[in-house]
Amino acid sequence: MSAIFPKWTNRLPLYIIIGVLLAGTAVTAGVWYYCTPKYTRVGYQPIQPVAFSHATHAGQLGIDCRYCHTGVEKSWFSNIPAASTCMNCHNQVLKDDPRLALVRESAASGKPIPWVQIHKLPDFAYFNHSVHVNRGISCVECHGRVDQMEEVVHAKPFSMAFCLECHRQPETKLRPLDKITDLAWQPESHAKQIEFGKRAMKDWKVESLQTCSACHR
Amino acid sequence: MRYFLLIFGVAVVAVMAIAGRRYDDGGSPSRKPPIYIFPDMDRQLKLRPQEPNGFFANGTSSQLPVAGTIAQTKPIMVGNKAVYAFEDSPVNTGKVAGSTNFVEVNPLPITAELLKRGQQRYTISCAPCHGALADGNGITKKVGAMAVVANLHDQRIVGMTDGELFHVITHGRNLMGAYGPNVPTEDRWAIIAYLRALQLSRLGTLEDVPQELRATLK
Ligand code: HEC
Ligand code: HEC
Ligand code: HEC
Ligand code: HEC
Ligand code: HEC
Ligand code: HEC
Repeated sequence: MSAIFPKWTNRLPLYIIIGVLLAGTAVTAGVWYYCTPKYTRVGYQPIQPVAFSHATHAGQLGIDCRYCHTGVEKSWFSNIPAASTCMNCHNQVLKDDPRLALVRESAASGKPIPWVQIHKLPDFAYFNHSVHVNRGISCVECHGRVDQMEEVVHAKPFSMAFCLECHRQPETKLRPLDKITDLAWQPESHAKQIEFGKRAMKDWKVESLQTCSACHR
Repeated sequence: MRYFLLIFGVAVVAVMAIAGRRYDDGGSPSRKPPIYIFPDMDRQLKLRPQEPNGFFANGTSSQLPVAGTIAQTKPIMVGNKAVYAFEDSPVNTGKVAGSTNFVEVNPLPITAELLKRGQQRYTISCAPCHGALADGNGITKKVGAMAVVANLHDQRIVGMTDGELFHVITHGRNLMGAYGPNVPTEDRWAIIAYLRALQLSRLGTLEDVPQELRATLK
């Protein structure tokens, strides 16, 4: 009488185990690598309606971030400047350049330039620029080297883990208040940074905020 | 098993080829908006500032206040008197109350704090054009992009009243744009105080230096 099951079926359990292990590893690795904001958000660089370059304006010309993003120290929201702010200079600079046609049109008509928003938290998370900027946290911690970007790109993941990493130990990131918009600034050494950070936390009464209600209110 | 391994390998390579690397791993930036894997309550029906919104006729979420509206703000302290933004006071207008004459001097008491604030705000808002020394050689002139920038040490400008300077900053003049919308009232007076200090630095004479220090100058 011939065997009901062919011989290779003896190895079937082994095959199944190997198969499940392989597939499981691949799916885990894939989710770990692709399904976090480090992949889904970082690197987002939409095409903007005007080819505005932070590398030219903030880097080369050295204009302070707050010349344009005037609200960043005063409110939760860091505003995008109105076209009239651009026209302060561009009524003389590149006066008839076609790249700036939309800016001139917007300044004349009052119709906003349709900039594409890049950084955007979920609506259930509360965030506030002024708290961070007035407490010695620089733009570079959350936006990267904007002053070297031809086009702004989403540089940091903005996941909850990212926010908490700093909130657990703000002393590693605090810096003198006049260096907030100086994105190239580096502490002299790690030890100096911790020493300064510890002192600043006491002087400015900076807390290490980890309670859920700080950000989910 | 062989087929399984083959299909598995192809699937892994295909996913990696399509999805690419992370940006901070050396992947290329993406023009497409972020993927929301679990959109949950990420986007709610609320207005965010500066966003397109169909509710209003002009299509934006941020609406301009009705003409003539004055925002409810913290009053400005002049000495120990509180001045609100709606009052007809030199602090708000740069003009003597009830007239069109510019005030002669800064209505805010000049303190070291005010000058420091003025220095910071001058560097942010004015230095790109007028330069750190207020001589009109800011970066925009240096790169040859801007032809006309006023030298603030000019006799005519040194001779202006503080009220007129306030008016120039608030509403702009000729080729200079208005800075009223971007620079708050108090900061404008701080800038004027600092600008006066800059101008004085060029106008100083030997007589201003205390007798005992004069010898150290030459
Ligand atoms: C402080 C003055 C100043 C302001 C404010 C300013 N620009 Fe410029 N902009 C310049 C100068 C200077 C250049 C370089 C001109 C050149 O290359 O000759 C420039 C160049 C540009 C260019 C040409 C591309 C490039 O990078 O060379 C674009 C587009 C532009 N600006 C857009 C804008 C927009 C949009 C705003 C408002 C958000 C703005 N600018 C605000 C001074 C300014
Ligand atoms: C001349 C005006 C100007 C200056 C100076 C400037 N910005 Fe901007 N910024 C803009 C404009 C206009 C946009 C919108 C277009 C874009 O995204 O490129 C913008 C966009 C951004 C964004 C992305 C916003 C989003 O949609 O998420 C960030 C982040 C940013 N700026 C940070 C900075 C930092 C940090 C500095 C200082 C180093 C700075 N900016 C200086 C005008 C300016
Ligand atoms: C602690 C992190 C953090 C710091 C520090 C920070 N930002 Fe942001 N920024 C954010 C987050 C989060 C958002 C997205 C907010 C939202 O959901 O609208 C954002 C958004 C922005 C935007 C886009 C606003 C919009 O709606 O288009 C600009 C512009 C900006 N930041 C500029 C700055 C500048 C300039 C500085 C430094 C003076 C700065 N940020 C410092 C976290 C930060
Ligand atoms: C580089 C450090 C750093 C990062 C990154 C950071 N924070 Fe903070 N955050 C701080 C510091 C410092 C404070 C001040 C704490 C205090 O008020 O004592 C703070 C305060 C806050 C507050 C309290 C505001 C208030 O009104 O009490 C909120 C909310 C907040 N952060 C949200 C966020 C969110 C959301 C993110 C991620 C997008 C984030 N932070 C990323 C350093 C950081
Ligand atoms: C520093 C600010 C901060 C604190 C503190 C914080 N969160 Fe969050 N949380 C965030 C941000 C920002 C996000 C959005 C992350 C994203 O979009 O990737 C988030 C997302 C979440 C989500 C995911 C929601 C979803 O479906 O995507 C949950 C759940 C959550 N938080 C729970 C908590 C709990 C519980 C605590 C207290 C132990 C807490 N958070 C404390 C900032 C914070
Ligand atoms: C975008 C470049 C730019 C910036 C920034 C700027 N100015 Fe000017 N300013 C000019 C130009 C150009 C003129 C010359 C106007 C003319 O005569 O047509 C001028 C002229 C002036 C004058 C002389 C007005 C007159 O009657 O001739 C004063 C005073 C002045 N600026 C003060 C300031 C102060 C204070 C700030 C900072 C809040 C500032 N400016 C920022 C470009 C600028």
